[in-house]
Order: sequence, then structure tokens, then C-alpha cells
Amino acid sequence: MNISVRNCNLWYGDFQALKNINMDISNREVTAFIGPSGCGKSTFLKILNRMNDLVDGCRITGSFHIGGVDIFDKSTDVNLLRKKVGMVFQKPNPFPMSIYDNIAFAPRTFGVRKKAELDRIVEDSLRRASIWDEVKDRLKKSALGMSGGQQQRLCIARALAANPDILLMDEPTSALDPISTGKIEALMSELKQELTIVIVTHNMQQATRIADKTAFFYLGELIEYDTTEKLFSCPTDRRTENYITGRFG
Amino acid sequence: MNSKRETGRGSRTLFSGLKYLCILCTVVSVAALVAVVFYILKNGIGKLSWQLLFGEYTGSAVSIFPAFIGTLRLIVIAVLIAVPVGIFSAVYLVEYMNNKGKLVKVIRIAAETLAGIPSIVYGLFGYLIFVRTFQWGYSLLGGGITLAIMILPVIIRSTEESLLAVPDGFREGSLALGAGKVRTIFRIVLPSAASGIVTAVILAVGRIISESAVLILTLGMVVNLIPSSVLSPGTSLALDIYYFASHGYPDEAAATSVVLLLMVILLNLLATGLGKLIKRRQGE
Repeated sequence: MNISVRNCNLWYGDFQALKNINMDISNREVTAFIGPSGCGKSTFLKILNRMNDLVDGCRITGSFHIGGVDIFDKSTDVNLLRKKVGMVFQKPNPFPMSIYDNIAFAPRTFGVRKKAELDRIVEDSLRRASIWDEVKDRLKKSALGMSGGQQQRLCIARALAANPDILLMDEPTSALDPISTGKIEALMSELKQELTIVIVTHNMQQATRIADKTAFFYLGELIEYDTTEKLFSCPTDRRTENYITGRFG
Repeated sequence: MNSKRETGRGSRTLFSGLKYLCILCTVVSVAALVAVVFYILKNGIGKLSWQLLFGEYTGSAVSIFPAFIGTLRLIVIAVLIAVPVGIFSAVYLVEYMNNKGKLVKVIRIAAETLAGIPSIVYGLFGYLIFVRTFQWGYSLLGGGITLAIMILPVIIRSTEESLLAVPDGFREGSLALGAGKVRTIFRIVLPSAASGIVTAVILAVGRIISESAVLILTLGMVVNLIPSSVLSPGTSLALDIYYFASHGYPDEAAATSVVLLLMVILLNLLATGLGKLIKRRQGE
């Protein structure tokens, strides 16, 4: 699904964290947000599934459409929005329950009760997150007994079980070792065949490896947004160049 | 030597003196506890008999069976009231008020003050409300409700602590999957906090079992009859100790104390055991 954002401004209290951002994100591509800490990239990501609604004193203006639907419209059900726009967090956050129950959480939330149906969704989601072979013999065991990398892929599977059109990933590999990171990157390349992925990353190599398009944020502004190849090989803005060549950030 | 000059002989003597003071105080504390337990066991164990525990209370032989029934019913009444009310209050304060703001602060101070009030004051309240105003007379129901009010602040506080210990990542994860706030609280947050809450509830039951001041004013201390309904007067194990000791049955009082002691120990073991079991099932 296409994401379209116009004139986005966001304030935390008196502090303006995002300044007049316009952006279109294409379907079935990986889009990476890069930029130094505090530049607003995570904040912008969290607008897309309205997780900023939970933050006290957060005020947002602008227009935000996903698949043509205004996500801040009164008639938009925020729970259905979050079902369509899944999210994976920086720190793996499996629930303290079995692997099976973790994956089945979203389907159960949306009314799937039949065991055969749940079994099918659980297996399918775990397969799509390439973790089925590692966990198929211990679905009833607690998810907290898995390694960090496995937990993060479980969280991806858990998000996939809601059958989202878009997957938001907020620095999904920053807490993981290189091997786990590689697995998750490979997974993203597969998943983009069927869904839109937006990833926030601090790791510029990661952006070049996996992203079709990259957006550079700085001090709450969207400085440059282009194909990854173009942005990293010949950036048009001086600040982008300084950042990707490591002169600050 | 350098160190000698810096610390000096006087302060060194003082420090080693403090160490021995600590040891001495520890010995005194342990000795006091051991003395209590030893005294109770020495006097009470001989009187522990089928008659005392489960027999009929007659003019010639006393029994704590009515107290078992009374205590059990008090626990049921108090837990049925205090646990849901306490848990839901804590959920409101932590999950909906986000644990901040003036109102939360006022409620917190009120709860902490309530927790610190001498229990005889609760007893007086129960007496004035249930025995006098409601005209129930001495009753299990009045006593149970008063006990519920007494343990309510404890349950609220410990549930709050358990909820606050649940990582925000669980809440965010659940909300981000499209589960609403209520589903997040009841399917994710409360189960994650369950071990702490269960432990707190069992410890609160321990307080109910040990309480006497509240019940002296609300329950009636009818030691010889098995209560027929929740509106009947009755007795509890702690009250029986008071009654026996003041009516010429000191050894029976000690025997009842043994039973009470065992129950409290068992409850504490159950509290830690269940808490651990829940945590292990969640995989922590």
C-alpha cells in the first residue's frame, strides 16, 4: 500500500520534532530512514501506525494517507490501522507466554477462534519469518527462552500473523549480533515481495544493503529522499553528504 | 604506618566495637524469635489433639473447629471483596492515570496512610458501621468486610508495584498489533504481573489470619458455635488465642498459636512457590 504524507508537523509540548515533511512511500519496496539520533526519524515512523497517540503532549498536523485512507480521520479505527501497519521494535519484545500464543495473539484479537485456523496462521507466519524450522518442536515453550535474534524474528512473525500490508521496523537489528542481523536483512528482502517495509536504521551499510529508497532526516526535517543508490553515490544536499561520509552524526 | 595515622587508634576501636554490637544485636533478635517459637511449641504441642482441632466444643473440652470455619469464611469474604476492588483500582491508577497527576498522588497518600492505621481503628469503624448502624450485630460479614478494607491498601500498593514492573515494550507490542487498551491490560499486562499480584494476595491472607483487633470489635468471639450463616457471629483462630489465654486455657492458647504459626509459614511458602511457578511458566 502506498503511504502519502503532506505537510507533517509534530510537536512534543513546545518542541517541534518534525517540520513540514512531505513524503510518498511506494508499495512493495524497502524504504530506509537514516539520520543522527534525535532527528525525528523514529517519531515519523511512529506516526504511520499512530503510536504517538500514546505520548502525552504530542500534537500532529498535516495529512496522512495509507492506501488512500486518512489515518487520522474520525472514522478510522486505530486498532484496524495497527493491524494493517505492523511494527517491530528496537528491543525484541516477545510476550511472556508460549511461542504459539505470541503468534496467535493478533489473530485471536481479531476474532479467529478455530484451532485449525490458528495453527495454520501460526505455521504460516513462522515460515514467512524463516524461523519455523528452529521453533516447530517447541511451540508451547515460552518465547522468553529464545535467543535475542530468534526473539526478534518471532516478533516479526507475530506482526505478520496480523496480515499487515506495511511493516514498520524501528532499528530492528541494533540490539542483535551480525549473524542475526544478516538473517533479518535476508528476511526483509523476501518480505518486500508482498509488503511495504519502512525501516529506521543507524547503520548506513544496512540501508545500502536492503533499501530501495532512503530518506535522510536532520533536526526534524526531511533533507533528502531518493533511491538508495542515488542518495549514497551523489547526494544533492551538503548535509546529506556530510552525514553519509561520516563528518557528523 | 600510613593507615594508622589516618584512621587513628580511637576510631579503629570504635569500628570494631560497632561490628561486635551488630553481632550482639543479631544474636538477641534471633534468640527472641527462637524463644517465642520454643515457648509456644513447648506449651502447645502437648495439647494438639483431634478434639482440640476438629472436635465438638463442649463444656469440658474446648475446640478450635468453629474458629477454622470462621477464619475460612473471613478469608473468603475479605478476598472476594478486596482482591477485585484492589486490582481494578491499581489498574486504573497505573494504566489509565499513567501513575501521575495530583489525583494519583492524593490516592497514593491516602492508601499509604490507610495501610499505616492501627487495625483497632478499622475495628472501631467496622463496629460502628456494621454492628451498630447496619444493626447486623456481630457477624462474619461485618468482620470480613472490615478486613477487606484493611487489606485493600496493601493489595493496591503491591499490584501497582507489579504493574509498574511490567516492561512498556509489552504494552507497545500489544497495542502495535491492534489490540485495544483493555485487551492489552487484561491479556498482556495483568498476566505479566500475575506472580507479584498472587504473592501479594497470599500475604494479605496471612494478615487476615493473624488479625485480632479488628475482629474483637466486629466478630463477637463466639468460640463454641459453628456459625450458621455469614450474618452469624463467630470466632477466628487469633481470637481463640485471646479467648483461651484470658479464660484459663493457656496451653490451648499455645496449641492454637502453633496451628496459626504453621498456617502462616505454609502461606508464605505458598506465596513464594506460586510466584516462582507462574514466573517459570512464563519462561523468566
